[in-house]
Amino acid sequence: MALTNEHVQQRLSEKFGTVVSNFEEPYGMLSFEVEKDQNLKVLQFLHDEADLGFQFLTDLCAVNYPDQVGRELAVVYHLHNLKDNLRIRFKVFAPVAQPDVFTATKLYSAANWMERETYDFFGVNFVGHPNLKRILNVDEMDYFPLRKEFPLEDQTRIDKDDQMFGRG
Amino acid sequence: MTEHHQHHIKLPEGSIEKQTTTLNMGPTHPATHGVFQNIMELDGERIVSAEQTVGYIHRAFEKLAERRPLNQVTPITDRLNYCSSPINNIGWHLTCEKLLNVQTPKRVDYLRVIIMELARIADHLICNSIMGVDTGAYTGFMYIMQYRELIYEIYEEVCGSRLTTNIGRIGGFERDFSNTAFTKLEKFLKEYPAALRELENLFTRNRIFMDRTIGAGPISAERALNYGFTGPNLRAAGVDYDVRVHTPYSSYEDFDFKVPVGTTGDSYDRFLVRNGEMWESLSIINQAYQKVQGFKGTDADVYHADVPEYYLPKKEDVYTKMEALIWHFKIVMGEVEMPKGEVYSAVEGGNGELGFYLISDGGRTPFRLHFRRPSFIYYQAYSELVVGGMLSDAIVVMSSLNLIAGELDA
Repeated sequence: MALTNEHVQQRLSEKFGTVVSNFEEPYGMLSFEVEKDQNLKVLQFLHDEADLGFQFLTDLCAVNYPDQVGRELAVVYHLHNLKDNLRIRFKVFAPVAQPDVFTATKLYSAANWMERETYDFFGVNFVGHPNLKRILNVDEMDYFPLRKEFPLEDQTRIDKDDQMFGRG
Repeated sequence: MTEHHQHHIKLPEGSIEKQTTTLNMGPTHPATHGVFQNIMELDGERIVSAEQTVGYIHRAFEKLAERRPLNQVTPITDRLNYCSSPINNIGWHLTCEKLLNVQTPKRVDYLRVIIMELARIADHLICNSIMGVDTGAYTGFMYIMQYRELIYEIYEEVCGSRLTTNIGRIGGFERDFSNTAFTKLEKFLKEYPAALRELENLFTRNRIFMDRTIGAGPISAERALNYGFTGPNLRAAGVDYDVRVHTPYSSYEDFDFKVPVGTTGDSYDRFLVRNGEMWESLSIINQAYQKVQGFKGTDADVYHADVPEYYLPKKEDVYTKMEALIWHFKIVMGEVEMPKGEVYSAVEGGNGELGFYLISDGGRTPFRLHFRRPSFIYYQAYSELVVGGMLSDAIVVMSSLNLIAGELDA
């Protein structure tokens, strides 16, 4: 029997109760939310259970929602069961003031650089990561550039001195 | 040398007693084929440890995308894996089409398949012939280049550019394929098999090439999966995961093709898998071209879906019809609101699963866009692949992984 979204949702709800919530199926992909401190337990469960078998970490990234007070940063996991060919996604929300999330590196070697990238751009502190340092940006950078508080330059700004840019 | 001079040479602490040598390979080394650095600790010629540094050409694509309407994100995707830009472009269009619920006509799908498979051939033939260069056989690389040139000429006929293609639009292509494009495609389909066979003759059973690549940087299927490998590198380890088969897009389900797999996951298997894939791509292009020729009447002129909100209208309509003028203005000025939603969509890129995770909050630009870049994910396994091997193996392993700095650094 092929694995279905309903089965995954049922197994998770049975095991974790209210720790997993907000089940949705946007564009057919089962998406849900996991309490911050339980992310590793849920990952382990999804990885180890024979009937679930989400052993492939497709993607790990973060999203910044500046308007959600106390849950400004979301870490997003995309998992894939290659045998039954089912993808799922879940989010873990953390406050921007103390963005501590447990690392998935023990479970997935692939998570190592993905978490470093997420740290680099959003400042998510992956607790237990073996080498949590910047990866794409320079080591000296002292901010997390993909957070929404750092807007791209206003394209209509007029306070630039043209001479400095070889114009005018 | 006098006492005085010796006093001024300051050696790092403990460097006299040190038994190993630190070697920097890169950031700009002829054998890295891109800008990335490897700091290796060598015992003689054997690698004791290796650490990769990436990010030299990071261009903040994910941030840039947050200020651009969907159609302006396409040129950004060109610059990910620049050896096969059309796959990135079309992968992005497919993501947008998924978000917008756009159904593309079959002819568009088949034309896209032709372009994407040409791009896969261009990507693989570079990787495989570069492997030859790195093992000391330059000829194959120079020789096969003319076929990449032919592929680039086909791109040129379709979209006007060669490397950073910006090919296609949301819903289809910007223009129909010209007759010249099809003529060039026919020429390619006729001439390339012989050249590919010659390339195979040069390498596949070549003693030197085999000795250099067999057993260099092997990886087991379990480790490869744990490391998030996809594409030819994963298939070389014996896992038959291919996005084109598992989650068909652009009507790949209509085509009959095999997924070549290896067994040991070493550099030689990666070479063989890419070679096998080129033959399969040729077969797919042949099938797609036949299907394209099979369209009759008005179906034979279809090259885009009807998505007025995102597809630029014809210029003569812009001058004569009010609706078209409005849409033209809104698209060019980036004033089209997109629906709210979260989409993950993936295509089989040259290096594996190229994923786009797009979050829209109902505005005119993506709220967040994340690229799942296969090179970035599998390059972290590099130190595990090369430690314990020789320095010369490390170079072969690097070229067999087909690392593309643009994709690595985003």
